[in-house]
Amino acid sequence: MRKTLAMTVLALSVLGTTAMPAAAEETVKIGYIDPLSGGGASVGEVGLKTFQFLADELNAKGGIQGRKVEIVPLDNKTNPQESLIQAQKAIDAGIRFLTQGNGSAVASALSDFVTKYNERNPGKEVLYFNYAAVDPVLTNAKCSFWHFRWDANSDIKMEALTNYMKTVPSIKNVYLINQDYSFGEAVRSAARTMLAAKRPDIKIVGDELHPLLKITDFSPYIAKIKASGADTVITGNWGQDFALLLKAAADAGLKVNWYTYYAGGTGGPTAIKQANLDHQVFQITEGIANIDNPSSQEFEKALRAKYDFSLFYPRAVNEMRMLAAAADKAKSLDPVKVADALEGMEFDVFDGGKGFMRKDDHQFFQPIYISSFGDRTAKEPFDEEKTGWGWKVVAKVDTPSTVLPTTCKMERP
Amino acid sequence: MLELIVISTLNGVLFGMLLFLMASGLTVIFSMLGVLNFAHASFYMLGAFFGFQISRWFGFWPALLIAPLLAGAIGAGVERYGLRRVHRNGHVAELLFTFGLAFVIEEVVQIIWGRSPVDYRVPALLDFPAFTIFSTNYPAYKMFMLLVSIVIFIGLLLVLKKTRIGLIVQAALTHPHMVGHLGHNVGRIFMLVFGVGTALAAVAGVIAGPALVTQSNMAELLGPILFVVVVVGGLGSLPGAFIASLLIGLVQTFAVSINGSLSGAFGPLSAAYASTWLADIWDVTIAQIAPIIPYMMLVLVLIFRPMGLLGTRDT
Repeated sequence: MRKTLAMTVLALSVLGTTAMPAAAEETVKIGYIDPLSGGGASVGEVGLKTFQFLADELNAKGGIQGRKVEIVPLDNKTNPQESLIQAQKAIDAGIRFLTQGNGSAVASALSDFVTKYNERNPGKEVLYFNYAAVDPVLTNAKCSFWHFRWDANSDIKMEALTNYMKTVPSIKNVYLINQDYSFGEAVRSAARTMLAAKRPDIKIVGDELHPLLKITDFSPYIAKIKASGADTVITGNWGQDFALLLKAAADAGLKVNWYTYYAGGTGGPTAIKQANLDHQVFQITEGIANIDNPSSQEFEKALRAKYDFSLFYPRAVNEMRMLAAAADKAKSLDPVKVADALEGMEFDVFDGGKGFMRKDDHQFFQPIYISSFGDRTAKEPFDEEKTGWGWKVVAKVDTPSTVLPTTCKMERP
Repeated sequence: MLELIVISTLNGVLFGMLLFLMASGLTVIFSMLGVLNFAHASFYMLGAFFGFQISRWFGFWPALLIAPLLAGAIGAGVERYGLRRVHRNGHVAELLFTFGLAFVIEEVVQIIWGRSPVDYRVPALLDFPAFTIFSTNYPAYKMFMLLVSIVIFIGLLLVLKKTRIGLIVQAALTHPHMVGHLGHNVGRIFMLVFGVGTALAAVAGVIAGPALVTQSNMAELLGPILFVVVVVGGLGSLPGAFIASLLIGLVQTFAVSINGSLSGAFGPLSAAYASTWLADIWDVTIAQIAPIIPYMMLVLVLIFRPMGLLGTRDT
C-alpha cells in the first residue's frame, strides 16, 4: 500500500514538472493575489475585473511577445499568511508574475517571500508587481529588486496633499482617523510631521486608529470627531472602512472637509452623495475619469460599457502596459530581463504626462492629482456610481515635484 | 463632553439591544439543548439577505415580517432533521454540526448574493433625522431599530412569564430532563425554541442590514461577540443576556471614545524604555483596545464567576 502511494506521488510529481512549463509557454499568466472574499472583497473584485479588462486589451493587440495574457485570480482574504500560500500555489502552477495591491501587510509579506524564493531558485525567478500597497517602507528600508510599485507611496501622497492643504487657510482643526496597520500608521505619522512643518498653526484634535475591515458601525467614532470640534478629517481608509465611515457621518449630519486617499473606491461616491458633501471630499490619486485627455477618456468609456464600475486603478493600466513595453524592450518574458528593462524606464502614463520607474528603489513616479467630488460642469463628462456627481481636478502635481528621496540600498542579483 | 456621553449612550444602547435580539435566542437554545449554536449568527445574516431580497420585491415592511418567518422555518427544519439526528452522537457532534452549518450558510449566501456588500437601503419612510441633539442628527431608522428591539424584548418576556408554553420552556431551562419525564413533547419544544430563536436573530438581521453592512462576512463579524454575551450574562438567563448585551454595547461604544492610555495617566516613559516593546503597551489608547475588551470580560467571567452574572447553573 505504502509502495503504491509512493509511486503515485512520484508519478504525479513527474507529471507535474513536465506538464507545467508546456502550459506556461502558451500564455503569460499573471497571478492576481487579492481579497475575493471577506471585508476587502468589494475592492478585490473590481481590481480583478480591471486586470482582466487590461489583459483583453493586450490580447486584442496580439498579447505580450506574441503570447496571450491570462489573469489567474487567487483569493488571499486580505491575509498575509493566506497570500503566501496563494503565491506558492501560483508559482507551482508555473506563474512568474504576481500582482497584488490591497494591504501593505500583505505586500510586505509577499515582497519578502518572493525575494527569498528567488534567492533559493535561481533561473526560476518570480516578479512581484505592486499596484496599490503604499507603505513607504516597501521602497525604502525593505526594498527588493523583485518588487515594483506603480502607486505613489503614502509619503509622496501626503507630501502633495499637505502642499495643497497649506494653501487652504480655513483648515484649523484636523482629525486623523486611519486603519490600525502599517499603512494607517504611515499615513498618520506623515500627516503629523508634514502638517507640523508646513502649517504649525493647525491643531491635530484627534488621532485615531481603528481595527482594519472589522467595524460595521462607525457612529461612535463620528460622535468623537464631532465632539473634537474638527473642521477637517484626514483618512487613508479604503473599501468598506471608507464607505461606512462616510455613511455614519451622513447619518449624524457631520459637516467637515475630508482629505482622503481612497474616496473613489467602491461605495465611496455613493456614501459621499448620501452625505450631501458637495465638493467637500478630496482625494489624491494618479488619475480620475474627468482628466482632459482623449485616450484615457476613450478607455473609461469602453470600461464602463463593459462593467458597471469606473476605472479606479489607472496605475494598473500603467503596470500592464509597462510590462508589455518592458518585455518588448527585453525581447523576452524572462522575469530577470523584464526587471532589468523596467528599471529606470520612462513611460507616457495613462492619464497623460511622463512617468518613470526609479532604478534606486523601483518606485514609479507620475503626475498626481487632487480632486474633489460633487456637482459637475460641462468639463466633467463622467459621474460615479450613478450618483450624478463626479470628480473635478483641484490641483495637479507634476512628476518632478513628487520625487522624494529613498533610503533603499538595492541588492541586485 | 456631555454631547459625546449622550450620543455614545444612545449608540451603545442600540448596539446592545441588537445584540440582545440575537443572544436571547442563542442563550435559550444553549441552555435547553445544551449545544452552543455556532450557526446562530448565520441566521442573523440570512435574515439580512432575505430582508434585502424581499424588500426588493415587496418592500421593506413585508420583508420585516416574512424574512424572520422564513429564517425561523429554516431554523426549525435544521433542528428537526439535522440536530435531532446528530444529537444521538453526543454534544461534540452537535457542536461540529452547527460549526459546519455556519460555513455552509456562508458559502450559500456567497453563491447567491456574491461577496460584495448588497445595496440594502433604509426605507424612505424612515430616512430622515429623528431629532437633533447638540447639532448631531440622530437617524429615525436607528430609533426604529431601538423600538423594534424593545417591543420584541417585552413580547418575549410576556410569552415566557405569562403563557403555558413559556412556563414549559422555563422549566426546561433549569430541569430539561424533568420536563421530559412529565410527558411534554420535548422534541417539539426544542424545535419551536430553535425556530423562534433563529427567527429573532433574523429580525435583528433584517433591521440591522440597512444600518450596518449586508455582506457575506457579517456573521463572522458578529458571531464571536454573541458567545461573550451568553457567557457573561449567564447560561439560560434572559435577564442576564439582556444586561450583558447592554453592558457590552455600552462598554464597546464608550471605550472607543476614551483616549486615555497608561502614558496619559502616568506620563510618558523615560527615554531608556521609549523604543522598547514596553512603549507599545504604554502608549496604546483604550479606544484602540476597544474591540478586545468584551473578550477580556469573557475570560475574567469564566475565571471568577463561571455561572455568569445572573446564571444559576455552572457552564
